[in-house]
Amino acid sequence: MTERHHHEAFRLARKADVLGLRANLISAIRRFFDDHGFLEIDTPVRLPSPAPEEHIEALPSGEWFLQTSPELCMKRLLAAGYPHIYQICKCFRKDERGALHLPEFTLLEWYVAGFDYLRLMDQCRHLIETVMAPFAPGRKLAWRQNAVDLSPPWKTMTVADAFSNYAPLPLQEALQKELFDDILTEFVEPHLGLDRPVFLFDYPSELAALARIRPGRPPVAERFELYIGGMELANGFSELTDAHEQRRRFEDALARRAEKGFSPYAMPEKFLDALPAMPDSAGVAVGVDRLVMLAAGADRIDEVVAFAPEDL
Amino acid sequence: MYTASDLRKGLRLKIDGDPYVITEFNFVKPGKGQALYRTKLKNMINGNQFERTFRSVDVFEPADLREKKMQFLYKEGDKFCFMDNETYEQVYLTEEQVDDAVNYMTDNIEVEILLFEDRPIGLSLPNFVELVVTEAEPWAKGDTVSGATKPVKVQTGATVLVPTFVSEGEKIRIDTRTGEYLTRVKS
Repeated sequence: MTERHHHEAFRLARKADVLGLRANLISAIRRFFDDHGFLEIDTPVRLPSPAPEEHIEALPSGEWFLQTSPELCMKRLLAAGYPHIYQICKCFRKDERGALHLPEFTLLEWYVAGFDYLRLMDQCRHLIETVMAPFAPGRKLAWRQNAVDLSPPWKTMTVADAFSNYAPLPLQEALQKELFDDILTEFVEPHLGLDRPVFLFDYPSELAALARIRPGRPPVAERFELYIGGMELANGFSELTDAHEQRRRFEDALARRAEKGFSPYAMPEKFLDALPAMPDSAGVAVGVDRLVMLAAGADRIDEVVAFAPEDL
Repeated sequence: MYTASDLRKGLRLKIDGDPYVITEFNFVKPGKGQALYRTKLKNMINGNQFERTFRSVDVFEPADLREKKMQFLYKEGDKFCFMDNETYEQVYLTEEQVDDAVNYMTDNIEVEILLFEDRPIGLSLPNFVELVVTEAEPWAKGDTVSGATKPVKVQTGATVLVPTFVSEGEKIRIDTRTGEYLTRVKS
């Protein structure tokens, strides 16, 4: 046995519990969706054109790209008449590496035809409450320094309210100064979901991504994110079904990417072709590795996978 | 030049003419938002620290640093003395400059002295050192859980986490970059 192998065996032996827990949690997720009449699907990981988003970098794979999320193919299935679908898959995002980030990570994504984002938030709560129950004795989830009570109702807070509660400057000003992400991560997120999970919702329309915008003053994107223990765990929308509006947003994102010298993506035309046939629906993606972190009491994402990139 | 994705703890950059080392590094990124590289930087000459957040478009100049093999001779007051065995040139480092390396420094150990514009400003250790365990709880028979660890004291006074089967008087190999136990060494 080489010294290097000895070291690796020691490292991996210490992971036996968390890898077992991870397998159980993923089984529980599948059971939840099977019990609720969802179809598990499996879409290709290599794509000719990833969703054009300003801040998500796809890894090239030959002439194509590795998926950054399964969103586009899943919506094409929705448009073709598959109303309840879920998928657990590997996604890839270039250069994302930190305590909560792996460039290759596991995502759970599901879509429900006929739902809006509010109903989906409730289903998201139901899923997480169900699958986390074995890891939250008395419904209390211990993570980092917090004991998070998973019993309903969970808290909801609009993005505007979160900024007035916690941020040193109001939402509109943060957006104008292009400091939204700075303020969100430094001043807002650390307060979210410490005693109860929090759904942050109603995002500024500039940050709609692929979400439907509800007209109003100001208009807001019907988008939510779930936070537990200060950690972002899920992102969901009422899905945009207007292909013209979606094309315009993709073009904007591509133009902003070009300005910053980020790599160009082709327009996902087959997705845009399918979009008008897509029923009103809502979809959400949950970081499975982060869910395992919560269940296992792990501080770093590296602890919940057998191999981080540095181990390869 | 470095780009933001090269940033990590321990990386050395030149900022405003001085060498800086990243002492804390945190990658944060909202799922749909931009990548933020939060760093704490330490000036490698005067020890001053500050925090700065970088973005993925930022680029950085590497610090021009040189290393020279020297032997640790002795400590006098708060100065550590090192000597170049070929030229007999001696240089001194302060406790602050030696920092955590003191945990792994035995007499006569060969280290790399770090020079910034020919000035000694710090040192780096060999990646692996071998140290004798000087204090350890005895191994409880039947404690065979694989992966279980216990803290022991080594000859430099530092504390290291080791598997439960390691006992007092044994020599162990340690990775100085992580402070982790690697293996026992037959003396």
